[in-house]
Amino acid sequence: MSHDSALGGAPGVHGVMAEFENPEKLIEACERAYESGYRRMDAYAPMPVEGLAEAIGFTRNNVALAVLIGGICGCVGGYGLLYWITNIAYPLNVGGRPLHSWPSYIPITFECMILLAALTSLVSMLAMNGLPQPYHPVFNVDVFAKASRDGFFLCIEAADPQFSIAQTTQFLRDLGGSEVTLVPA
Amino acid sequence: MAIKNPEQELLESNIQVVDPGPNSILGPGHDYRSVTDRISGVVYLPWKASPKKWLVGAFVSFCFVNLLMLAVSYLFLRGVGIWGITIPIGWGFAIINFVWWIGIGHAGTLISAILFLLKQDWRTSINRFSEAMTLFAVACAGMFPILHLGRPWLAYWLMPYPNTMWLWPQPRSPLEWDVFAVSTYMTVSIVFWYVGLIPDLATMRDHAPKLWMRRIYGVLALGWRSSAIHWHRYQKAYLLLAGLATPLVLSVHTIVSFDFAISIIPGWHTTIFPPYFVAGAIYSGFAMVLTLIIPLRSWYKMQDLITMRHIEAAAKLMLGTGLIVAYGYAMEAFFSWYSGDPYESFMYWNRITGPYGFTYALLILCNIAIPQALWIGKVRRNLLLVWLIAIVVNIGMWLERFVIVVTSLHRDFLPSSWGIYIPTRWDWATYAGTLGFFMLLIFLFVRLLPSISIFEVREVVHEERIEAAHVS
Repeated sequence: MSHDSALGGAPGVHGVMAEFENPEKLIEACERAYESGYRRMDAYAPMPVEGLAEAIGFTRNNVALAVLIGGICGCVGGYGLLYWITNIAYPLNVGGRPLHSWPSYIPITFECMILLAALTSLVSMLAMNGLPQPYHPVFNVDVFAKASRDGFFLCIEAADPQFSIAQTTQFLRDLGGSEVTLVPA
Repeated sequence: MAIKNPEQELLESNIQVVDPGPNSILGPGHDYRSVTDRISGVVYLPWKASPKKWLVGAFVSFCFVNLLMLAVSYLFLRGVGIWGITIPIGWGFAIINFVWWIGIGHAGTLISAILFLLKQDWRTSINRFSEAMTLFAVACAGMFPILHLGRPWLAYWLMPYPNTMWLWPQPRSPLEWDVFAVSTYMTVSIVFWYVGLIPDLATMRDHAPKLWMRRIYGVLALGWRSSAIHWHRYQKAYLLLAGLATPLVLSVHTIVSFDFAISIIPGWHTTIFPPYFVAGAIYSGFAMVLTLIIPLRSWYKMQDLITMRHIEAAAKLMLGTGLIVAYGYAMEAFFSWYSGDPYESFMYWNRITGPYGFTYALLILCNIAIPQALWIGKVRRNLLLVWLIAIVVNIGMWLERFVIVVTSLHRDFLPSSWGIYIPTRWDWATYAGTLGFFMLLIFLFVRLLPSISIFEVREVVHEERIEAAHVS
């Protein structure tokens, strides 16, 4: 996830990557890596796999919070816009009806809320994931192209304090990973 | 086809194309790799190797796009007088087509959002396609109110923005609600569609046979690398988008119906309008999905990915929403009698027996009578019949909007202001032009982007593997 590979004492190395046969074996490998104390790692699968992110210790997903904030901003902003138009900027007396005619504000307020919440869900998901990202070291591994088709990968990163090229490579082999390769940064 | 190359072979991989029938959403023998290659293979296919039907279809659509250009250019030159609209029928084809197109779009959102929340497995292979259909239909819909403005180049006056005229739109008007509803709907549909596409664009980037393709898909994929943590946030964002799109789609057609229902015109001023418009929208949208997907799945040999299960489920939903629409018609008739209002009851009597009575009769035939054939399982499983019924429903739903717009307006309160509306050739040209525009976009879409969500089909493969493991 980061380029500060100097931390793990292996300059020029992003990490060590291994391929696993199927999603179940990948989850198992991730759980065992986490139990063995590895923290800086990432798993790769061609589709969302239930429990995979949890297996590598990921629990804080803030997308929903961001979307809630976006929705509230849209709602308040939309209502504020309408109030401002009809009461301050361009008050129009229609047969003596009240200027602050809130029931007729509901549709636009609702649309603004949905609009901002939806845009926030896209932007927050991408921002939290660090996308768009033109370069990432995992793509240096040729076999990694399978991660978007039928490959299941675990990459333990050099930034992990426990990382050592020899030991981590052996560890991934012991977990049953094939194609264990060094990922250049 | 004479041309044979690696991409072509991808498409004709060793897995036989077998429709597994109405009980399964995926043909036999598929794994993660085969579904990926099959779906992306359609896009990698060289243009020269496109099915002949695709080439002919795209060409004909392109001709109609030119007709649209012509009709719109003439409109800009001469104004809306070239259309058949008069007083009292100021809303002619423009509004009929606007409501028809936007309704068609709604099935796409229903399939991708509402069926996702309801965990309907058969949405998976048709959601991407339906979302694309939504976008293109809304693009067609959006043209009409703007063309109808009279001075379309001032369309931006509809948006509230600080201007030197110190003028603001009237946000208490349903027409202004419509501006917000439709533009929000378009934006959210694009976001939802694009979010769904990101992982598939990464797949296209990683496996495209040519460098320029990898570059284009690579830019669009934003560097997606299938990370488990990314997937986690991705799924949350997708779920929330589905949750937001669901009330949105209901609100959009409700607001479209407010364009009518908030007015005091007999036949428009009823409370049944919002639910009955939403049901009608989904009804016509499913009809359009079926109209498009039945030929396309056979042209691109996708019968094992879009199976009879999908067709039958869509046909059942079409039947169900059609019955809600039938209830709407019945309630309209009932209200006009029960209200005791002479204008309301005259309106309904005039709708059935007046100069436009034949459109009402055709409407009942197309929307209520003929689709009842879908009660029969054999009809639902007969592709040709389902396709024909879907086309009949498309026509019927267009007639519904014609009946609502024209019959209510042409004879309202004062007999001295009654009139007759006859669409001109320019009305027809604009309508046919948008049909061509819509079809051309659909044709281009199936060639340029994976028209089935690849990663979601991989999820289906994954689930079937787990199930198989449990059984054995």
